[in-house]
Amino acid sequence: MSALLGKLSWDALPYDPIVIGTLCVVAIAGCVLAFLLIKHKLLGVLWNDWLTSVDHKKLGIMYIVLALVMLIRGFADAIMMRLQLALATSGDPGYLPPSHYDQIFTAHGVIMIIFMAMPFMIGLMNIVVPLQIGARDVAFPFLNNLSFWLAVSGAVLVNISLGLGEFAKTGWVAYPPLSGLEYSPGVGVDYYIWALQISGIGTTLTAVNFLATVFKMRTPGMKLMDMPIFTWTCTWANILIAASFPILTAVLAMLTLDRYLDFHFFTNDGGGNSMMYINLFWAWGHPEVYILVLPAFGIFSEIVSTFTGKRLFGYKSMVWATASISILGFIVWLHHFFTMGSSANVNAFFGVMTMIIAVPTGVKLFNWLFTMYRGRLRVTVPVLWTLGFMVTFTVGGMTGVLLAVPGANYVLHNSLFLIAHFHNTIIGGAVFGYLAGFAFWFPKAMGFHLNVKLGKAAFWCWLVGFFLAFMPLYVLGFLGMTRRLNHTDNPDWNIWLYIALVGALVILAGIICQFLQLYVSFRDRAQNLDTTGDPWNGHTLEWSTASPPQYYNFAELPVVSDIDAFTDMKEKGTAYVRKESYAPIHMPKNTKAGIIIGALITAFGFAMIWHIWWLAIVGLVGSIVTFIARAYTSDVDYYVQPDEIAQIENEHLDNVAKG
Amino acid sequence: MSTTHMNTHDAHEAGAHHDEHHDTGGNTVFGFWLYLMTDCLLFASVFATYAVLFMNTAGGVSGKDIFDLELILAGTAALLVSSITFGFAMICAHNKNRSGTLMWLLATFIFGGVFIALEIYEFQHLIHNGNGPQASAFLSAFFSLVGLHGLHVTAGLIWMVILAVEIMMTGLTGRSLTRLACLSLFWHFLDIIWICVFTVVYLMGAI
Repeated sequence: MSALLGKLSWDALPYDPIVIGTLCVVAIAGCVLAFLLIKHKLLGVLWNDWLTSVDHKKLGIMYIVLALVMLIRGFADAIMMRLQLALATSGDPGYLPPSHYDQIFTAHGVIMIIFMAMPFMIGLMNIVVPLQIGARDVAFPFLNNLSFWLAVSGAVLVNISLGLGEFAKTGWVAYPPLSGLEYSPGVGVDYYIWALQISGIGTTLTAVNFLATVFKMRTPGMKLMDMPIFTWTCTWANILIAASFPILTAVLAMLTLDRYLDFHFFTNDGGGNSMMYINLFWAWGHPEVYILVLPAFGIFSEIVSTFTGKRLFGYKSMVWATASISILGFIVWLHHFFTMGSSANVNAFFGVMTMIIAVPTGVKLFNWLFTMYRGRLRVTVPVLWTLGFMVTFTVGGMTGVLLAVPGANYVLHNSLFLIAHFHNTIIGGAVFGYLAGFAFWFPKAMGFHLNVKLGKAAFWCWLVGFFLAFMPLYVLGFLGMTRRLNHTDNPDWNIWLYIALVGALVILAGIICQFLQLYVSFRDRAQNLDTTGDPWNGHTLEWSTASPPQYYNFAELPVVSDIDAFTDMKEKGTAYVRKESYAPIHMPKNTKAGIIIGALITAFGFAMIWHIWWLAIVGLVGSIVTFIARAYTSDVDYYVQPDEIAQIENEHLDNVAKG
Repeated sequence: MSTTHMNTHDAHEAGAHHDEHHDTGGNTVFGFWLYLMTDCLLFASVFATYAVLFMNTAGGVSGKDIFDLELILAGTAALLVSSITFGFAMICAHNKNRSGTLMWLLATFIFGGVFIALEIYEFQHLIHNGNGPQASAFLSAFFSLVGLHGLHVTAGLIWMVILAVEIMMTGLTGRSLTRLACLSLFWHFLDIIWICVFTVVYLMGAI
């Protein structure tokens, strides 16, 4: 080990042709992107208007870009796994050796949960929540930018692992002692640790930020029980983040100490207890799935209400159902390891608690159904996703209740039945929700509509593909196939593995439609502009702004007196009123500090992974010094002048009058 | 704690010259409370780990064999006194008494420094006698829990220096008062955590 490069050497470079090919494609794509940016002189725009921006709307868009990029990476892993399992039957070894295959299933899980779903959810929350509560920004705009760069930092580390060294081969849960130094001496688990640790701290900061925002910055007149339902579900998700992510931080730090300094938290020797890791991991991990799905429930609620043209049925029961799910979500973690030595009574308690969660979830489903009842549902792309979700998620929920029975769990645990179940809830719940929200709020965020035909094609491919890919896994679970197998030798399983591959290919077609939709919509944007800012006849305050919203969001803070604040304004005729004069608006300035700290922390993480101690010190001290320097800066804000506001507002009102 | 409350209020007023929506002082103190709750859960996780692992001595020493209660009592006293001196600093800040604030912050820094020095001595002594964190799960958990608190106190000391410099440069402005209120919350919070550490780790361990 050298002092200069730590464990890093030529051996870290990839030798697998699949990996080398991937890296070549990434390198070419990167060069093309850089060329286009330089050719169109967009580097300055990118830096000044986006990367250093503290505007929640721009950060939200960047989060979603991150999520889409990581979706490609995570899905590439998925299709490689399905292909391997379809080829490696009847004793054939397939094309992926176990050491590579194990990294792929670990990376797939980590990327899809931490670097696809989380940024997608946080991106939508960033774009929508401040607008829905009539705020001009979040409580701590610089912190918001920093959180984003910490998420990027984690994602960058995961992607570096593709080209330098390896990723963890432990599964996304990284249970010790397998993830300990004795059984995983390479850098894979260290990539896992630092990627999760850095992005996890960013997520915690996001939760603190958004909780402060909704509790302190709601527009005048908006009581807590007047908040739009999406904001409410995000708020519960943020409470869950604030209460659970510190546990992840702690457990990862302990695993770090075990691996770097020879501590004995989870080792087989020295009195370590690996069950402690598993308990702590799921004390974070279970709330995490509700963090992902609750905002999606909020999105469906907004969509059902908007496109039926009705007030949401049972708003209060929706809020309280969300609260119940959040609280119950903290007392069910043991159902992830019923088979790992707890007594029957303990298992019974956690099993019952798990089943009870189906009750508030059922309340939500009935609320959506009753909102649609006797409504005039406009079947748009967001509504298609919602209907697809209601069917799919119900199936996933029911298999979850089945798995919650400890007796049944002893038969089904660790099998593909479980894999089918959680994909059924996470894809059918969270991902469908985010894609619904994406289609719903896209005109708001970008100012033009998405192509409808490709949107519908994407939906149908996803839905059909999902059922083709995952229903066979339920069958395979019953047939006794366990998860994380590299190859199989049971002819009864083959047909189901083939169908699952076809399903994955249909989902691939859905993803291609999704990206094609983005391209076509962007190309034809001039014909599909959303000039009024209210394309769906929306109910809540975000639709009262222009599309994309004015950078200060609201020229004057709206005074609200109803849950559907914007509907209320439209009915009273106060929605689009021209003002004589405006007061100056206090706004935060953009800052380089976030991206600099993100870069230094990435260097720190990389250096820790490869034991390059000097660089670790430079990265850590550098980021702290940058933070302190930022704290001393007093040039952080400015005022938007009334004449500029009047100009922007009048232009918007003219457009509304024309539209 | 009452001084903290007064100052929360004070910071509130200091921020009020902006339009009502950007009441940043109040938001900052509220946001800091939220952060402290996440920090509290971080400690809770490590406490839980300690509670599970403290009997796993792997044939080595247990708490009874190694805790020097008199030393710990001295450290505890230093930390508790530093909370009182911070309270005086907050009263001075509230009265716009800059030199008084700085003097009491210096006193706080010294008492906090004594606490950290004693902790380093304790750790160094244990490691020197072969009872380092690598020796057993109990010692891993012990060093991590006490060390995590010590790391927080150290961060608080660094923050104190940074804030003192700011107060020297710009005086007791709205922003530095808000920050002082946050650091005060942080410092008292670490005191409460320490009382839990002292009770659960040292007193219960020494029985």
